[in-house]
Amino acid sequence: MGQLGRALLLLGLGVAAYGAGASLYGVRAGRRDWVDSGRRAVYALAGLMVLAFVVLEIAFLRNDFSFTVVAQTSSTTTPTFYKLTAPWSSQQGSLLLWVTLSSLWSSLVLFLTRRRLREIAPYATAVLLGFSGFFLALAAFAANPFHTVANPPADGAGLDPLLQHPSMMFHPPMLYSGYTLMAIPFAFGVGALISGKLGSEWIRDTRRFALAGWLFLGTGIILGARWSYTELGWGGYWGWDAVENAALMPWLCITAFIHSIQIQEKRGMLKVWNMSLIMLAGTLAVFGTFLVRSGVLDSIHAFGASTLGVPFVALLAVMIASSIGLIVWRRERLRSEHELDSLLSREAMFVFQNLVLVAIVFVIFWITLFPLISQALTGTKVSVGPPAFTPFVVPLALILMLLTGIGPMISWRRATVANLKRNFSFPVAAGLITLVAVLGLTDAGRKPFAVAAFALGAFVAAGVFQELYRGAGARRASTHDAWPVAVFALVRRNRRRYGGYTVHLGLAVLLVGVAASSSFQHSSDVWLKPGQSAHLDGYTFRYVRPTASASPTKLEFGAVLDVMRGRRHVVTLNPTRGYYPSVNASDGPIGRFFDNTNADTTVGLDAGPLRDIWTVANPNLQPLAGEIDRGNQVFTAEIDKVIQQTSNLSLARQSAALAPIWILRDEAVAGLVRDYARHGWPVEFQVLVMPLVTWLWVGATIIGFGGLLALWPLPALARRRRLAPYRARLARELV
Amino acid sequence: MDPSRKRAIRLSVALTAALLLATSLIYVSFNAGRDEFTASQLLKRAQPGGQYILAGTVLDGSVRYVGAKLYFSIRDPKQHVAVPVRYSGIVPDPFAAGRAVLVNVTDEHGTFVGEPNSLTTKCPSKYQAASGAYS
Repeated sequence: MGQLGRALLLLGLGVAAYGAGASLYGVRAGRRDWVDSGRRAVYALAGLMVLAFVVLEIAFLRNDFSFTVVAQTSSTTTPTFYKLTAPWSSQQGSLLLWVTLSSLWSSLVLFLTRRRLREIAPYATAVLLGFSGFFLALAAFAANPFHTVANPPADGAGLDPLLQHPSMMFHPPMLYSGYTLMAIPFAFGVGALISGKLGSEWIRDTRRFALAGWLFLGTGIILGARWSYTELGWGGYWGWDAVENAALMPWLCITAFIHSIQIQEKRGMLKVWNMSLIMLAGTLAVFGTFLVRSGVLDSIHAFGASTLGVPFVALLAVMIASSIGLIVWRRERLRSEHELDSLLSREAMFVFQNLVLVAIVFVIFWITLFPLISQALTGTKVSVGPPAFTPFVVPLALILMLLTGIGPMISWRRATVANLKRNFSFPVAAGLITLVAVLGLTDAGRKPFAVAAFALGAFVAAGVFQELYRGAGARRASTHDAWPVAVFALVRRNRRRYGGYTVHLGLAVLLVGVAASSSFQHSSDVWLKPGQSAHLDGYTFRYVRPTASASPTKLEFGAVLDVMRGRRHVVTLNPTRGYYPSVNASDGPIGRFFDNTNADTTVGLDAGPLRDIWTVANPNLQPLAGEIDRGNQVFTAEIDKVIQQTSNLSLARQSAALAPIWILRDEAVAGLVRDYARHGWPVEFQVLVMPLVTWLWVGATIIGFGGLLALWPLPALARRRRLAPYRARLARELV
Repeated sequence: MDPSRKRAIRLSVALTAALLLATSLIYVSFNAGRDEFTASQLLKRAQPGGQYILAGTVLDGSVRYVGAKLYFSIRDPKQHVAVPVRYSGIVPDPFAAGRAVLVNVTDEHGTFVGEPNSLTTKCPSKYQAASGAYS
């Protein structure tokens, strides 16, 4: 199996090298057969990588501990679900996943464009195979997932408890899909620049992939935020962690591109800017992968000591230098066809919105890398956290929200007073009414940024509903459809437009959730004995009793916590902490089951439309320490005695002799667990009350739905209508 | 207005905004940032009552609980120097011996006391080998 996997990697590397060479030779020599062969090499690579990934998955499912990566990240007791996710929990497996996804997406785009973009696609093929080759080379020579050992251990170390979370199945593959999809516009952009075919066609063919990358990366980010929200010590749903930021930056870039490309399509403007955004997004996607693997920055996320930093820096240098070089080389052909007519126009709003998004990217990039910058300048590493981000990102996000509301409602080219009055009266009124209501009915005035977010959220939402109402109303005037039918038909025929509006609505909802939950959060850390209570933000938290249970994989200690508001019972929560057997022999035969540093916390969460109540319990096992020490002494002596007595017997007979001791040990552990449940030792609780946090997830879901709507193919007739302007434009360019 | 003049004005405004942003960014990041000390740097520079950010790796075998207090040592990744820390507050799940941590500490006459809930731990490295196997 290991040999098969290694052979597949090397074969894949050969195929990637051949495909890149064939594509370049084919396009330079005008040999279509070589170009086709290069494209088929991408399909072949995808097949090989899927096969390699299946081999690795089978090794995990079969508990084949001769694979180093299986022994390190899985075990016989790891549930099957997590065995399936374990490959991408390791450096080696995640590199293989990267190549597999990259080759699959590359195959898809090259298959869809096989009869078009004949001058651009071969260069794009070479670039895409170059990326795959780079990651394959790392997987084959620096972090091989198919490395095996001659004497495998009887069992593996298991997947880290913290990674045993359902999100592990979806969060990393979503992020990797997003990152790898970013490479597609990058590759076609490079192809367009080299070939000089800088018209609209390649943009139309790859825009869907940019949008898919945006959707996957966004979904990955939000799944990560949700996961982080339910883990203790990961900084809540957003901690401005280096790895979180690394995913956000390309997402923001591609968001800017999705908007500004409309101006290029409609008016032939911003060509240099759009090309730069594509290049920046592609480069930042690789930069994000580099940050995860190099360990150059402190992060709560997974960083290991790694030797992969240098090759990544080299790749980034090549990407940046070639992007700048190609854009400068083709600057004449990238000249805008029109000027901006007015600052009061949709084009201008898109430009402002783009500038704000790029400014946010720059702020995040600078502050994320600031520890390295300061170390280079002053010799001392400096820690910067959320306080450095918020003074910049919050006002910029509010400006972005304002532009999100204005953009869809303002006219192309030049807005008139009549247009402004007609389109903005209702949304502005909605925003102002919200502002007055929030200030008058609540004490939110002490947080001006949050209040502004609420008012702007109402402004954006009102604008979206107004557009939908007017569009459906116009349709009804001619078809006399019922309102729901008119709305459905309108959206169905204008998916990209209304998908975009849905995304705007989701963004407004999400930012309101973020503003409320971060500005008006209450938290407290308390020690309670059973029967004692703590008070926070009008809620009473009463520690009712301890809970404790033992299962083959872990011990779980927790608390029953009653939450009351006045005399009304709100909810009963059960935060717990699971203790997994440690692999550290010095913990002792009993102590290894109670290792506080090999545990994970399950949050007691009550989510609601108005507020979330979030609790964790940190059980105090200290009173059991004496019993654990005694147990360690007794069982260590017994185990040593049996091992001495059976030292001349076979391993199997020695194991059989030890079996009764393991039964007694398990009973002793169960006894200690019962002891904990019987006694009412004090427990440390952390409790948080966060308003409107649910709306963050609702907003994210709306954004995802809007993205899917925009991505979904149009019906045939609508597509023909939609494509008519592109075809006309293409014809003009060809003439 | 002459289009080229209009372009020049717009460019000047954009560049001024970019310059302002960059300047304030540099200013804020230097002011909001706090020096991160390794164990050896801290031992050399710490003053009683001083507050510092201590970064390093949790020393193997140093983690122990006494009552509600957590005691551990943070070692300098490059030198054989470690600083003992006394900490109270919620301990992040990923905290364990051998993992990289950041904690805000106050020098209380030679004892480094961790600020409650300031302990940040890197995730158990997805990309690091585990230290051994189950017995």
